[in-house]
Parts: sequence; structure tokens; C-alpha cells
Amino acid sequence: MKTNTNIQEFIVTRLIKLSGYSAIVFVALIFLFLIKEGVPTFAEIPLGDLLSDRWYPIEDYFGILPLISGSLIITLGATLIAVPLGIGTAVFIAEIAPRWAREILKPLVELLGGLPSVVIGFLGILVITPSLRVLLNLPTGLTALAGSLLLGFVALPTVVSVAEDALDTVPRSYREGAWALGATRWQTIWRVTLPAAKSGVLTAIMLGIGRAIGETIIVMMVTGNAPIMAFKISSIFSPVRTMTATIAAEMGEVSNGSIHYHALFFIGMVLFIISLIVNITASAVVFRSQKRSEKVLS
Amino acid sequence: MKTNFFKLNRNQTQKLGFAFLSLLALTTILPIILIIGLLIYKGGSAISWNFITGFPHDGMRQGGIWPAIIGTFYLTVGTAIFSVPLGIASAIYLSEYSKDNTLTRTIRIAIINLSGIPSVVYGLFGLGLFVLFLKFGTSILSASLTLSIMTLPVIISTSEEALRAVPQSFRTVSVSLGATKWQTIRRIVLPEALPGIITGVILGLERAAGETAPILFTGAAFFLPQLPSSIFDATMALPYHLFVISTQIPEMPVQIQFGTALVLIAFVLSMNILATIVRSQARAKRQW
Repeated sequence: MKTNTNIQEFIVTRLIKLSGYSAIVFVALIFLFLIKEGVPTFAEIPLGDLLSDRWYPIEDYFGILPLISGSLIITLGATLIAVPLGIGTAVFIAEIAPRWAREILKPLVELLGGLPSVVIGFLGILVITPSLRVLLNLPTGLTALAGSLLLGFVALPTVVSVAEDALDTVPRSYREGAWALGATRWQTIWRVTLPAAKSGVLTAIMLGIGRAIGETIIVMMVTGNAPIMAFKISSIFSPVRTMTATIAAEMGEVSNGSIHYHALFFIGMVLFIISLIVNITASAVVFRSQKRSEKVLS
Repeated sequence: MKTNFFKLNRNQTQKLGFAFLSLLALTTILPIILIIGLLIYKGGSAISWNFITGFPHDGMRQGGIWPAIIGTFYLTVGTAIFSVPLGIASAIYLSEYSKDNTLTRTIRIAIINLSGIPSVVYGLFGLGLFVLFLKFGTSILSASLTLSIMTLPVIISTSEEALRAVPQSFRTVSVSLGATKWQTIRRIVLPEALPGIITGVILGLERAAGETAPILFTGAAFFLPQLPSSIFDATMALPYHLFVISTQIPEMPVQIQFGTALVLIAFVLSMNILATIVRSQARAKRQW
């Protein structure tokens, strides 16, 4: 009986420890497979061609710059929308809103986070792109702007909830101290609470950017998918194509092991590395500030 | 700000600032309310018994969405089978066994990265590993496995939080009564943390149910005349179906599109509401 318990304990402990490492295993596996299928690109396409401005796989043009520029311009637009709205909403919820308003706002923002992106894309096609076409007098509403508007909106819940968490963890005594010195609540927010929550707010922004750059289905539905160079401000009014949408749109049609197939995995590799950088930066900000606060407390 | 007219005293600044922030908050939530309202208003009229239980026909322009509903159900269950045990075990490891060392920090960074990887990259990975390398083909199995890896970080982090919230004294008392570590976890810690874990699991699965990009080349089918009969069959799914009928089919009746969107968000949001109920009931019952 005793040994029975011991054996069971031993096996279960082993299983739990193994599962504990699973996250590392999966990240490694994902990277491995992207490398395995993506790296042959370097042998098949000269680097100069890869970094050129024409993506037209049917005629063997595999320049990824238009796709990178498309992803960048849409993400930039989305950030410009999601950051002020998201941080503003987070400050409103954490610092100003009366209890009843908070009880309504928080679930609504969570609800938005739970909406499948394909539903947002569907409404984008139906409502946003036709309105943009008419309002701005464009030949088509399927533009980078439509993508930015929708992605900004989709990144909002991430920004709001992370920033609000950060504001919540600022000790109440900070605010009370500022009030006692005669600061108004507005001054306290600007000069005390927000600076104290700075690292968390930065993390919120980073994670929002990560959310926007990785979104696939929405951009595929509303941005027109034209692989043009989009490095000018005016490109926001033209159709563009992102890295994510390219993979999603073309992977179904390529034959396994072809140059095109490898090129799409290569784009996946680039996306993986971008998300790695974004997330490690975001978490590094958090870790650093934790260390600082630990130092202050000890 | 130079002229006297614009020079506000600090109370006026505060009023203006608060008004501005309220406006931002309103701009955030107004579209959400409009979206839900529009979907219910326009989609509600499409919902009928035939729409829910029928097969699509006439190139999807007529009929129902039953195979897509069933497909999403299968994928969600399949995802749960793989991700729930692994996710909870991983959370137990982090909360009960791990020490504060480099390995644990690496695991945490890996979890953060998993949650940030774009969904289409999961699709590529699923295609490379499950569909081609392991030869599962474009199937429910491949799609479920892909979705479960994507869901894992959500389940791990919420479950870990729930486990950590159980007071340390519970563990101390249990161990001092002679229970082993695993007995303590199974009989004391897990039951106490269960509502939090269930909430996390539901939130993770909710995300899996609504995703399109990861199943695009791992298991989703454009149209199937019958329901899948094994886990090695491809399947229709609600998110992919909505994508197809709103982009690939010309002259698609708007009503069917709205109806599909409404069924999809009803599927997803009912899980969300379930999670909220579990959470609030557990909070009310909790005595610590």
C-alpha cells in the first residue's frame, strides 16, 4: 500500500514536471518547423530579390518589402487609434468612473475581446469599407485605413485591460499623498498615477501592437490585398497587403515544398521573430520594474 | 495657452480633462454596443429551425449552417481534450513545484511568447507538423491539435493564478496531517481552485472556437455534403464559413451572413457568460 502511493506519487510528479516544460517545447517546435520550411528560401531566392519591391509569385517575384510595408502601415494606424483610446479608457475606468459605470464598461470591453475577428471583418466589409469609399471619395474602401480602424479597435481590449491592471497596482497611498499636497485628481493622474504605472502602460502598448501586427483574417477581408509599396502617408488610402494575409491567402494554393511554399514559411518566420521581439520587450519592461520596486521595498 | 481666454484654472482643467476621458471611454464602448445591436437586429430574423439544423445548398446561398455548427463543436471539444489536461498540469507545475530559477523564468517567457504568436503562424506550424510531417492530413485532429497549442497559454496562466490564490496555510495543514504533496494538490488545492481553472479553460476554448486563421490549412473545409465521420476528416466550421460566405461567394444574401455571425457570437458569448457565472458563484461561496 505504502509503495503503491509512492509509485503513484512518483509518476504523477514526473508527468506534471514534463507538462511544465511543454510551453518551452512548443515554442521551440514552432520555431524549428518555421526554420525547417522557411530557411530553404535563402538557397532558392537571392537575398536581393527577397528584399525587392515586387511580390508576384506566379512569375517568381518574391520581394517581401511590400508585405512588410503593408503590415507596418496598418499596425502604425491601429496603434495611433488603440493607444489614446485604450489608455484613456483605462484611466477613466481605473481613476474616474463611478462604480456603476465601471461595472458596465469592464464587461463590455471584455466582450469586445471575446468577439471572433471574423465577425469584426464581416462587419468591416459591410459597414466600414463602403462608408470609407463614399466619405473619402475613394475608388475602393478596401484600404489600409479600413484595416487600421478595425485593428485599432480589436487591439483595444488588450491595451485597456493591461493598462488598467497597471493603474490598479499603483498603491493608494501615492494618490493620497498627492491629494494631501493639494493636487487635483487630474494633476494626480498625470503627475503621479500614470508615471508610477508607466512600465505597465508600456507593456499594454507593446501587447496591443503585437495583437495588431499578428491579426490575419480582418486584414485579409478589408485591406484589398494589393502587394504595393506602402511607405508613404498617402498609402493609407490605398489597398495594401500584409504578411499575415499573404500567408493565409496563398498557403492553400501552393504545392508543398515549392519555392512559393518555402517563401510563405519564411514570412511566417519573420512574423514569429517580430512577435518574439515584441513580447520579450514587453515582459522585460515588467521584469525590470518589478526588480526596481523590490529594491525600493527592501 | 498664451492668451487669458485659454488660461484655465486647475479645476477647469480637471473638468475639461475628465470630459475628454469620458469621451474616449464612450468612443471605445459605443461601437461595441452598436456591433452587438446590429448583429442581433439583423441576424435575429435569419434564425430559424431550418437555418440551425439544415445543410447549405445552392452554393451556400440557401439553407442552413448545421455542418458548421457541429464542426465548431467538434473542434472545441477536440481542443479541450488536448489542452485542458496539459494546461492544468503545467499550471500545477508552475504554482506548486517550480522554484524561482532560470528554468522557471524561461518557461514563463515561453508562455508569454506562445500567447503572442500570430494565429496564422500557428496555422503554418500545424500544417508543417500535424498535416504533413505526422501525416494527419487536413483533419479535425490536426486542427484541434493546432488550436490546443494556441489555447495553452491562456489556460496555463489563468489556472496558475487560481492555484496561487489558494492560501498557503491550506497546504501546510494538509501536509502536516501526513498527506503527500500530490494528495494535498488533488484533495485540497485543486478543488479550491477549480472554479478559477474552469473560468480559464472556458476563456481559452472560447478563443479557439472563434479562430479562423489556425484552421485555414489544418482542418477547415469550404463545403461538405455530409457531416465528418472520423477525426481524420476535414470539417466545416462557423468562423471559416462566415469568412467564406462574406468574401468568396458573390451575391450572397446578407441575411444568411448576419445569421451565421449571430450564431457564431452566440456560441462564443454563451461560453463567456458561463465563465462569468462560474466565477461569481465561486466568489460568493468562498470562505477565505
